[in-house]
This record gives sequence, C-alpha cells and structure tokens, in this order.
Amino acid sequence: MEETEVNNLLAARSQMGMSLAFHIIFAAIGVALPLMMVIAEGKWIVTRDDAYLLLAQRWAKGTTILAAVGAVSGTVLSFELGLLWPQFMRHAGAVIGMPFSLEGFAFFTEAIFLGIYLYGWNRIPSWFHFLSGVIVALSGLLSAMFVTFVNGWMNTPTGFVLVDGRFTDIRPFAAMLNPAGGPEAVHMILAAYTAAGFATAGIHGWLYLRRGRNRFDEVAIGIALAVGGTAVLFQSVSGDALARMVAATQPAKLASLEGQFTTEAGAPLRIGGLPYPKERVTKYALEIPHGLSLLAFHNEDAVVKGLDQVPESDWPNVRIVHLCFQTMVGCGSVLSLFALVALWLQRKKKFFSRPVIRLVVLVSPLGFIALEAGWMVTELGRQPWIIYHILRTRDAVTSLPHLSVTFTLMTAVYLTLGAITTWLLAKHVIASPETQFIEKEEMV
Amino acid sequence: MTSVDFLAGALLVSLVMYSLLAGADYGAGFWDLMSGGPRQQEQRQLIEEAIGPVWEANHVWLILMIVLLFSGFPDAFGSLCVGLAVPLFLILLGIILRGCSFVFRSYFTGEKRTQLYWGRVFSVSSAMTPLFLGILVGGVSCGSVVVNGGVSANGFLTTWLLPFPIAVGILALSLFAYLSACYLAAEAESAELKGDFRIRGLVAGAVSFLLALATYATAGNSAVALRHGLSERPVAWLLEACALGAMVAALAGLWRRRFEQARIAAAMQVGLMVAAWGVAQYPYLIRPDVTITNSAAPNNVATALDIALGCGAVILIPSLAVLFIVFRGAGEARQVPQSGDQRACGPVTSI
Repeated sequence: MEETEVNNLLAARSQMGMSLAFHIIFAAIGVALPLMMVIAEGKWIVTRDDAYLLLAQRWAKGTTILAAVGAVSGTVLSFELGLLWPQFMRHAGAVIGMPFSLEGFAFFTEAIFLGIYLYGWNRIPSWFHFLSGVIVALSGLLSAMFVTFVNGWMNTPTGFVLVDGRFTDIRPFAAMLNPAGGPEAVHMILAAYTAAGFATAGIHGWLYLRRGRNRFDEVAIGIALAVGGTAVLFQSVSGDALARMVAATQPAKLASLEGQFTTEAGAPLRIGGLPYPKERVTKYALEIPHGLSLLAFHNEDAVVKGLDQVPESDWPNVRIVHLCFQTMVGCGSVLSLFALVALWLQRKKKFFSRPVIRLVVLVSPLGFIALEAGWMVTELGRQPWIIYHILRTRDAVTSLPHLSVTFTLMTAVYLTLGAITTWLLAKHVIASPETQFIEKEEMV
Repeated sequence: MTSVDFLAGALLVSLVMYSLLAGADYGAGFWDLMSGGPRQQEQRQLIEEAIGPVWEANHVWLILMIVLLFSGFPDAFGSLCVGLAVPLFLILLGIILRGCSFVFRSYFTGEKRTQLYWGRVFSVSSAMTPLFLGILVGGVSCGSVVVNGGVSANGFLTTWLLPFPIAVGILALSLFAYLSACYLAAEAESAELKGDFRIRGLVAGAVSFLLALATYATAGNSAVALRHGLSERPVAWLLEACALGAMVAALAGLWRRRFEQARIAAAMQVGLMVAAWGVAQYPYLIRPDVTITNSAAPNNVATALDIALGCGAVILIPSLAVLFIVFRGAGEARQVPQSGDQRACGPVTSI
C-alpha cells in the first residue's frame, strides 16, 4: 500500500472510531435513562410521591436531549458505514441488512412513543402515558440488540457461502443470529444499564453532598443504583459466556485479550501485565495458574491457543487490546463489589451517609470507562479484519481522498456536540428541585 | 411484481413520506430563516411548536431509506457512497446541525443571544439540507455517477456540480418551503399569522412551479433519459396531470383561505411529483448503470426484507396514527405558554 492509502485508512478508522466512541455514550444513556424514567413514573403511580414524578420528568428531559443527539449520531454512523467503508457495505449489505432494518423499525417506534411520552403528560390517560414510556425503554433495548447483532456478525460471520470472494446462498436470519450476536448483545445492554446507572447515581450523589439531605436525590440514587447494580452483577455471568464464545470462535482475539503468546495447556489467567509483542511475552502480570483454561473452557487443563497460531501480520495491537481488556474487567469488578456492599448497607439502613455517597461519586465514572474499554476490546481485537477472516479493513475503505479533512470536521462537530449535551444535561436534569424536597437536615 | 420491485416501491414510498413530513420540517426551518415583520416572534414560536413533537419520527424515514437501500440494493448503496460522497457528507452535516441546534435552542436556558445563535444555525442548516438532498436526487438521475471497483469514473465533484442536479436541489428547497407554508397556515391560530404563511405559500408555490419548468428544461441537456421517462411514460403523465390539478387546488385553497384544503392538496402535489420522478427513473436507481435488478440483494433476502417491512408496518402505522391523533388537536395545547420544556413539566405546577 502507498503511504497516502495508509493515511486514508487511518483517517477512516479514526473517524469511525471517534463517531462510535461518542455514539456509544449517547446510545447507552438513551437505552438506560428511559428505563429509569419509567421506573420513577411507575413508583409515582403506585405511591403518588411527587418526588418520583419530578424525577420522571427530569429524566424524560434527559431522554429527549439524548434521543435527539443519539438519533443524529446514529444517522452519522449509517451514512459513514457507506461513506467510509463502501466495499464493506457492497459485500455485506445484503447479509447483515436484516438486523439493521429491524433496528430501523425499533428506532422508529422509539421516536414515535418518545414524542407521545414527552408531549402527552396532559393529553393522554396516565396508563397510556406509562405504557408509552415502557415502549420507549423496550424499543431502545431492541435497537441496541439489533445493532450489536451486526457487530457480532463482523466477529463471527455466518449465514452465507463464500464463492470467489462473493457472498452467495445468503440466509439473512442465520446471519443475524450469529454465534457472537447474542452474548455480545446481552453484554452491551447490561453495560449500558451499568454505565448510565452508576453515572446517574454519581451525579445525584454529588448533588446530595452539595444540597444536603433531600428526598429527591435519595430516590434518584436509589433507582439509578438499583438499575446499575443489578446490571453489573449479571455482567459477570454475561462476560463469562462471551469469553467462552470468543475462545471457541476467535482464538486469536482471546489470546490478545489475555496476552497469551504461546499455545499451552492449563494456561494461567493474567491480572494486569504488559504484553511485549516483539519478545512475545507478557511481563509484570499476576498469574493465576490454570485460570484462563478454567474460565475460557471450564476445564483447568484445556489447551488455550496462543498468538503463535496466527501469522504476526494478522495480529491486532496486542498491547492496547490487553490493556483495554484489563481496564474493563478491573472497573467491572470494582463496581460489582460496590454493588454488593451497597446492597448490604441498604439492608442495614445505613446507606445514606456522607462517606458512602462519596464512594458512589468516586466509582460512578467506572461504568463508562469499562464500556469504552470493552468496546475498544471488541473492535481493536478483531483487527486487521473488518469481517473476521473474510475481508480486511484496508480492503473495505473508500477511494475518496482527503479523509483527514472530514475526520477533522467530524471531530470538531462531535466535541462541540458532546460539550453542549453535557451542559444541557447539567442545566435540565440535575438542576435543583423545588425547595420542598430539600430538608436541610444534618447528615447522618 | 417481484420481491425486489416491492422493495423498490417501499423505497419510493419512504422517499415520498420523507418529503411530505421531514421536507416540511426543513421548509419550516427555511421560514424561520426568512421570518420577519411585526409577528417574527409568533412565526418562530409556531414553527418550533409545529415540528417539536414530530421531527424525530419524521427523520426516521431517511434512516429507513438508507437501511433499505444498503440491505436490498447493496451495490447501489456502494456506488452512491463513492460517486456522491461529497453531497452525502454535506447532507449529513446539515442533519447534524439542524437536529442538534433545534434541541439546543429549545432547551437552552442561558443568554438570549446564544439562543438566537442556535436558532440561526438551525434555520441555515434546515435550508441547506434540502438543497443537497435535491442535488443527490438529481445526481442519480442524470447519468453522471459511474463507479467501477470502488473508484468513481467522474471523480467526486463532476458527478453532481452540474446544472441539472443543482436545479433539482433548488426545486426541492422551494417545494419544501411551499409545503411547509401550507401546513403552517393551517396550523396557525390567529388570522394574521395564517395570513403571513398564506402569502409565503402562494409565493413559494408560484416559484416552485416556475422552477419545476426550469428543471424540466435543464433536463434537456444533461438528463435526457429521465426527461424521456417524464414525458413519454403514460403513468408519469397521469401523475404529473394529477400533481398539476393538486397544485391548482392548493393555490386556490390558499387564495380563498381554505387552509385545510390547501394543506392536503399541497401534500398530494409534492407526493405525486416525487412519485412521477420515481416512475420516470424506473428501473434505475443510479443512472446510467445501476438498476433495481442488477444491484439487488438475492431474491430470498429481498423477500425476507419485504416480510420484515410488512411486520414493521403493522406496528408502525398504528403508532404513527396515535402520534398524529394525539397532536392534531395541538391548537388547544398551544394555549399553554412557551416551549415544550414547560409543557413536558406541566403537572409539576400542581405539586
């Protein structure tokens, strides 16, 4: 490849990566916030406690802002699929169009009922309003599921026969229900709930520390942590299923996650450590004997294939993939531990105290850090392939020149978008509630 | 009718829906840009309230088109994204700026000047996007997009910087503005505000008619094949005649202040014009090479997509009906002051 082509590929990958890195944040909140909003409204319907109603309305505003920004950044992605990777879409469009189409419908439903939910507080019966909220939450979940099915297909392509580099005998539903799709989708949805749940709890925790004891922030933290904490505990089960799937279908990817350079029976699990691809060794890791074999194959003496099984030219960037994976697992573990402690404190009625809430604030960004790191793991771990073992990323890129221009432009757009969205959320979702909810009592 | 034809029909229906719904939203943005006179504030208010609850749902028709195009006609999508990459990027930029600035403007609580600035971004991007949408439609109709092996034979600019696509772009903008003026005239509360949009509708309608003739004339040089389709196919003739009739009805409705009639007739007119283009373009997706048969996904995939479309429609159509029924009586709700902000929080005041 010529140098300009290499640069163009890098610019295309950077632009796609940057768009997705932002979109995944907007989308994760857009999936999780409606659930929390509906829970709050449900609580209000049952208890008629106005703190819940105010909360539902605040979160509904957040949902609107994020649904709009998410709709826009989702549109960007659907254009960019073609604009940056026309050869990928030309080959794969027919195979993976099905989940995309279904996602389109799910998104359509979400947009319609969000409109009804937001502007219908005074116009429709309350049961129908609540139902609209449920449909928004559900269709957001389905959107995330269908889109992740596509990513699953890029990792474990199925549902076709490859003849002379062309896809024939295409079975769209078999492609949609590829081996990686299910486990990845569950992992992604739980990650969205975890990240958004803990982040929301953190924001309200911070406000609680500033405004003093008040019911509004208490119920907000309660709902957000219930969603985030439950999700993160299920995440360990989902992560295990996903890891076993990767071990079975993408051994090179698993090897890079774990920094496993040599094929060995009874491979150890590495905690931390830094892979040295040139020397083919991972140093400074805490190794748990037989741990990886046990986790990946549920058999302590199972043979784990190392990176030595594939030519070095087909390796992903092992060091980055391993570090991202460690980051994700590390953050997830801390959050799981915190969820268990929080549950215990809640049982003992000792949760709402200054030190505990400080801890909530402290761990609150970890969900999003894990989400981004985990996404890097799956995307970078698949390289150099755009469709695993079928189409290389460099063969899918567009011939359009000067991609660095569009990359710069889109980066500027996204940075502005991110900054303003944050500002708006700060103004609307977390602004001080009516004073009656704030009883300036001494903190326990 | 094969499953591929059906899919192409669904694409055309989506394009018509997108033009009638999102097109009017873009047109409203154009009128926001052009707002003025003693009722400037009321005009902007009306525009904001008219598109606030529905623009996102309207926007999804575009997503549906893109998804159907790349699932059902992957080769066409590949060629489109290479040959017309530049207008596509500009459309994308317009969509981002339009959507975000609209939300930012509605939810902004800080300085008035900053809010006005977002309003300006909203209106300029609303006006720019239809121009490039039209250019895209013109570009695929005039036989300039030739893509082989992922490389565009006519480069990235000469595929669309031509008289015909640009004429279609300007026509699209004027049609959307006309459509929007008719809708807004029907939705406005006061007689004065109705009058403002009545004048705008009449002017934009007349301009659109002249631009349509000009575009047809331009096609004589650069889009001969499409022109043949428009002037020689009986179905296209029929659609054009009906569009003309609808136009007369719409303008008459505006003239006599029968705004409901004008709204429906204008929508029919624009819908029929887009449909006539579709009939003239058939069986091509991108002239001169890409047809719906030679770029289609295999038959079983197309059939599966048709089934998915059918199932989707069963959910979507009633949902859309609910959305529009809930907001059709928007008039009463407009008594409630100010933006969606306060409306969404209505019950709070009762706490």
